[in-house]
Amino acid sequence: MNGTAGVRSDWPLFEVFLRSKRGLNHVHVGSLHAADPQMALHHARDLYTRRNEGVSIWVVPATEITASSPDEKDPFFAPSGDKVYRHPTFYEIPDDVPHM
Amino acid sequence: MSEDDDEYGAYQALAGDDDDHRWAFGTGFTDPLQGVDTTVPPGVDGPSLATYCLMLGDDALIYSHRLQQWATRAPELEEETALANVALDLLGQARMLLARAGRADGSGRDEDELAFLRGEAEFRNVRLVERPDADFAELAGRLLVFSTWRLALLGALAASRDPVLAAIAAKSVKELTYHRDYAAQWVVRLGDGTDVSHARITAGLAAVWPLVDELFTPHPIELGLAGTAADVRALRGEFDTVLDAVLAAATLDRPQAVPLAGLGGRTGRDGLHTENLGYVLAEMQSVARAHPGATW
Repeated sequence: MNGTAGVRSDWPLFEVFLRSKRGLNHVHVGSLHAADPQMALHHARDLYTRRNEGVSIWVVPATEITASSPDEKDPFFAPSGDKVYRHPTFYEIPDDVPHM
Repeated sequence: MSEDDDEYGAYQALAGDDDDHRWAFGTGFTDPLQGVDTTVPPGVDGPSLATYCLMLGDDALIYSHRLQQWATRAPELEEETALANVALDLLGQARMLLARAGRADGSGRDEDELAFLRGEAEFRNVRLVERPDADFAELAGRLLVFSTWRLALLGALAASRDPVLAAIAAKSVKELTYHRDYAAQWVVRLGDGTDVSHARITAGLAAVWPLVDELFTPHPIELGLAGTAADVRALRGEFDTVLDAVLAAATLDRPQAVPLAGLGGRTGRDGLHTENLGYVLAEMQSVARAHPGATW
């Protein structure tokens, strides 16, 4: 314990990811403010799972996420737009292969 | 962080089978009392069981109201939702317990009638739950005391001879475990925080401590329902162990306080209350009393 030195007036931002009961992956659902990761988990539980949406939560400090920039949209994503042969549409998927 | 264009699709993925995709409703809701036999078990005195359910139900009802009063007043939006969630959990427990009371005493009164149309002396809650919170630290301290005690109490009731009480307890234990964890984290944060927060949580715990002994003093109704009701005297060990662990992590000392006296041996469980309860009831009951039987 110490005085008030180094105390921040605002809490950092965390991004929240939820996995639903039948979901296979965690999905980004929003963000929240919290003082530390444990508090962020509590807040995520209280804000984003009130209607029985989730069975697993990830929280990530927003500053830890490196995102692509809208300015880079074309060089990043346009080149894959004409390469339809990358989709496995030219052969039959066996019935017992799930989640394709 | 920029939002994905496919956010709507993300919510659909969370929503499950429901055809209504306007909201991210969850799925798999359950009724905790489904299939539970609601007749009063043989050998259990109905009126005593009803009074006992009122005690536990009133604790939850009145404390829920005090927590609801934090809505729009909490220091952070996230905490406000957290407190509203706790209040709603307790309100749900209160509804089931009051409904059980109305059935067990044979009067057929529903939970609304018992919540809104009883007078102050008919409420059986412990006096701890009536207090207004002086600040957020006192809220955290009181919530820790209340949820630690109630978790131990309802944990014991999961083995009650009354199947309805046992089912309500089994459901409530999960809720209370979270409430206790939430409160404990805040007490540790405040106690081991700054000089200001340390002083505030110290004062908050000191303010509620005179009301702690009453929680572990059994009422004759409880003693007469052995096997159906929990013996609160047996819960003190668990309570002390949990509080000592949290207080140690929070660098706080256990408060020393003279227990708040009753009147002629009567306390909250007998319908003897502090002046605070009247204000809660006035706010909680006024609409229901002004418009009897109204629905919306």
